[in-house]
Parts: sequence; structure tokens; C-alpha cells
Amino acid sequence: MSASLEQGIHAFKEQIDAPVATFFSSCVRCGLCAQACLFYTETGNPEYTPIHKLEPLRRVWKQEYTFWGRYAKAFGLSKPVTDAELGDWEKYVYDSCTMCGRCSMVCPVGNDIAYMIRRMREGMAAAGHAPEGLVGATRRAITIGSPMGVKLPALQAQIRNAEQESGLKIPVDVQGADYMVLLSSMEIMNFPEFISAIARIFERANVSWTISSEAFEATNSGIQIGVSELAAELVQRVVDAAEKLQVKNVISPECGHAYFAIRWEGPNLVGKAFNFKVVHILELLDDLRKQGRLKVSSKETQKLTYHDPCQITRRGGVAEQPRNLLNMVAENFVEMPEHGTMNWCCGAGGGVSTNERADELRLKAFKRKQAQLNAVQPDALVSACSNCRIQLEEGLEENSMDIPVLSLTETIAAHLSDD
Amino acid sequence: MTPAELLMWVRGPALQFATVVFVVGVAVRILEILLLGRKPDLAEARGSEVIGGLRTIISRSIPDRGTLQRSSFNVVAGYIFHAGFFLALFFFAPHILLLHDVFGVYWPSLPTQFIDALTVVSIITLLAVLFHRITHKVMRFLSRPSDYVAWLLTILPLITGYLAFHRVGLAPPLLMALHIGSVELLMIVFPFTKLMHAFTLFLGRYYNGAIAGRRGVNA
Repeated sequence: MSASLEQGIHAFKEQIDAPVATFFSSCVRCGLCAQACLFYTETGNPEYTPIHKLEPLRRVWKQEYTFWGRYAKAFGLSKPVTDAELGDWEKYVYDSCTMCGRCSMVCPVGNDIAYMIRRMREGMAAAGHAPEGLVGATRRAITIGSPMGVKLPALQAQIRNAEQESGLKIPVDVQGADYMVLLSSMEIMNFPEFISAIARIFERANVSWTISSEAFEATNSGIQIGVSELAAELVQRVVDAAEKLQVKNVISPECGHAYFAIRWEGPNLVGKAFNFKVVHILELLDDLRKQGRLKVSSKETQKLTYHDPCQITRRGGVAEQPRNLLNMVAENFVEMPEHGTMNWCCGAGGGVSTNERADELRLKAFKRKQAQLNAVQPDALVSACSNCRIQLEEGLEENSMDIPVLSLTETIAAHLSDD
Repeated sequence: MTPAELLMWVRGPALQFATVVFVVGVAVRILEILLLGRKPDLAEARGSEVIGGLRTIISRSIPDRGTLQRSSFNVVAGYIFHAGFFLALFFFAPHILLLHDVFGVYWPSLPTQFIDALTVVSIITLLAVLFHRITHKVMRFLSRPSDYVAWLLTILPLITGYLAFHRVGLAPPLLMALHIGSVELLMIVFPFTKLMHAFTLFLGRYYNGAIAGRRGVNA
């Protein structure tokens, strides 16, 4: 047994808790999770059945934590998990799972499969079986501060552009601000309009805010790859910056996994509750709307639909806010079939977009979104995650569909009222 | 051993053995799970874990529309054979008498003809379920030998119960011995197989609903 396999099995054992043991005890192999997973529906390959993606973890549970399984293992009646097998499983645990959690919503015995995939990745990474793309992204996140290698000067350049475009001062390292804004590297590099959009909204709504020059990256590759120690280090940088600037709130931007990472995993990774609140930008915008501080002077007239980023809606609990905001800014907002907590993933979350090996599969998985869009035929598609946005744009282009993809925050900023 | 002696044995020592294995086995399995524990969640809650957990225990009995459309056979057949098995087990008058001897409580029974028809429907459904497991690419791929054992042990009490009630083929004491024996087999194997889901699904749904409920999601 190689050292890394030992570490992998050890990590599996560490990750198995009462919910995991319950879920494995309950599975009746009904296969209903398959039809909930876009990697199965769009390929028809039964190997992509969500519960099957956990098979090595299930065997470790059975062999280590069940009375019968321990005896079977002692008498050599059960098959040990091997290094080669974990190598084979990369394509299930990383390439064909975005941890979107749709399967967790349909399992009749209540298995939270996404919860288990997240845990299984800890063992996969410890065994040295994580995709190269994710290893590189995680390394850059730790050493440079961004999975895409975005450094402070790049952000500063985008801030200068945003200041020119909006005519507003973008606050950096402002002590005692109410809100500290995080950004994803994808936003900084591909969608910098987000910065001037929030600057204009916050100016109008009179929100005190800042960006930290020490911790501006919102995403967390440590979680995607499944190395809690590294994930904790990335969260700690945000905690340190928030505490240094003494802000009351940290804003997670338009990025699904970044929100889940800081909002739901963050305190658990660093081992203590935060002394600031974490809010998603859509939560804050909807709060401002409720308080009458966010008003629009015009509306989008084209037919809009909304793609729910999985980690914001299904896994994150922010479902009603984008709809309130869309109803404020759009005259013709229509829902796709199976929206909200039952929405279909774009196919690129959970590290899939960072994993080049999964590129072809990821675009195949997009076909599910294509079918949803064909059902409503929108003029434009609104979302709130720049990773989803890149995938949606690529998928739409690949399939010759002429539907622009808009950011919800930017759409609101474009219709802001002057008073 | 005469059929009458066999029946006595099945009703006596065999039933005691099966009951001990079932009760101790299920208790050990549940303890094994609960003793693994769960770390406290430090993220500030948006909703209630308890309410979310309890809600999902009930709500997960109703499939979402997409699942119903894409997997209508699984859903409908699943409902029928689970309901058939449960009603025949707990609402057939002779079973209630037997359970009264053990637990000391009575409850009303369902008409015998209804239970009889339900048993036939359940047997046919379970045969269709087996056919589906063998022919559906996902189910066939996922299935392990224990799934077929669990299927067999589930259908046997229904078949033997039907035969015993209608006194078909063999001497009545022998039919009754086979019926009780098939239930004992089910009880003995129960703690070691997926049949455990009859208990753990409540725990599983609770955890799922609680995890989601904390984040303000109705799972």
C-alpha cells in the first residue's frame, strides 16, 4: 500500500460521520438519483449515477464502521479499495460532479449525495487523485492568492477602469466600513463591469463599503479539490482582513461556490464562528430594495429568465431574493421549467470548469440547460455567478444560440433610478 | 418431523431466534450510526435544523414533478408494493391478533378481501419491479446480489401468506409453517441488508432536511 493510498483511506475514515453512515445504510439502489443528474441525463451513461460515484467511500464505511463489514474484512471476504480504483474514480468524483446537489433533493430515502461527494474529495486529494487543473488552481490560490493567478496590480487596474467608467471612487482598505466586498478572479478578469455596477448601486443606496487589498479573492479552490487545511487557510485570509478592517459584513459576489465556501463552510473550516456576517450580494440588494434604498427608473422590456446558481439557491438558500429583484427590474420575467431549488446546474461548478479533462463532458452536460431554455425561449438569460456565466456563454455559442447572458447585479445597475 | 411439529418449531424457537436477531441487529446498526456523531455546525443558521429535518421526513414521500415524469414506474410501483406490504403486515386481522399477543394493543383491521386483493397486486408489482431492475440500465448497473436476496425475501412472505390463506397445494400446517418461516428469514437478514432503510430512512431524511433547513432551504 502506498503512503498516499493510506492517507486517502485515513481521510475517508475521518470523513465518515453519522449522516454518511445513515445515507449508505439507507440506499436501496433505486437509481432515482441518476435522472436527477445532468451528467447522466445528457450522456445516458449509468456510471454517472450519483450514488455510484461514492462506491469506494461506501466500501470503506462498510469495512470499517459496520459490525458485519469488519468481520468480512477480517476474513478477506470484502474487496479492499485500491489506488488504481481511486484513480479510476476521479472521473466520477471530479469530472462528472459539480456538487450541485440536485440528487440530494430527489433521493427518496433522503441521502444528501453532494454532502458525501464533498467529503469523498478529501480522501481523493489525500490519495493524490485530484485532477491536474484543480491542483494547479489550488496551488495558485495558496501562493498567489487567486486560482487564476490574479494579483493585486491587476485588480488595481480594473478598479481604476471602474472609477473612470462610473466617475466614483472605489473604496479600498477603508477602516470600519459596513461591508467588505469579495470578488472572484473570474469577475476581475472577465466581468470587471461588476465593480462599477456595485459602486453605482452602493453610492445611490448610501452603503458604506470597501475592498481589501489583502483579501479580495472570494473563491475557494481548497473546497473544490477537497483539502480542508488549504480551504481553511483561504478562509482565514478573509477573516483576518475583515477583522483588520473591522467591517460588520462580508459580501460574497456573483459566484455560487464562493458563497457556499465562505457562508456555510467558512466558520467550520477555521473552527470558530465569524464575528462578522456573510451576505450574498443578492441578499443585500433585496434588503436595500425592501428598505426603499434601491429603486429603478426603467425596466428591461425583453423576455428574461433566471438561471439559479446551485450553490446560491439549492445549497445556499438564496432563492426568493433574485426573483424579487427581477420582478422589480424586468417587465417580462419568466421561469424555466424546474427552477429554484430544483434548477439544473450549468455543468461547470464544483471545480469542473477548472478541470480541462472534463471540458467535453461539461459541454455535453450543458444540453440540459439548452433544453430548459428552449422551453421558454428567452431574449436574455440572467444569472448571478460568473462561473455559470462563462459556461452558459460557451454552451450557447457552441450550440449557436443567440441569447445574451446578463449579471443580475449589473442589470439592476443599468436601470438605477437617479433619486 | 411432521408438518404440525414443524409449525410448532417455527412458531417457537425459530421465531424467538429471528426476533432476537432482528431486534439486536437493528439496535446495533442504529447505534453504530449514531455513535459516529456529527460535528456541530458553526455557520450562522438561516433556518431551523429541527423544523427542516422533520419537514423532509414527510415531504420526501412526495416526489418532485420531474422525478415523477422521468421515473414514473419507480415511483408508482414503489408506492404500491410498500403500501401493500405494510397494510398486509399490520392490518390483516390474524396479524393484529398475533401482534396483540406480543405488544398487548389492538387496532382495527382492514377487510380480509381487501388485504387479499392487495397481496395479489403487491406480488404482481414486485415481479414487475424485478423485471425493471433487470432491464433498466441504471438499476441493473447498480444492483448487487444482496438486492436480489432482499427482493426474494420481500416477496416470499406475500406469496406464502397468500397460499396459506387460500390453502393451496400443501397441508395447511405446512403452508403456515412456510409463511412464518419466510417472515423469520426476512427478519434475520433484515439488519444486514438494505432492508435497514425501513428504519434509517427517517434518520437520513432528517439529516438531509436539517442540513438544508439550516441554510433556509426546504429539501
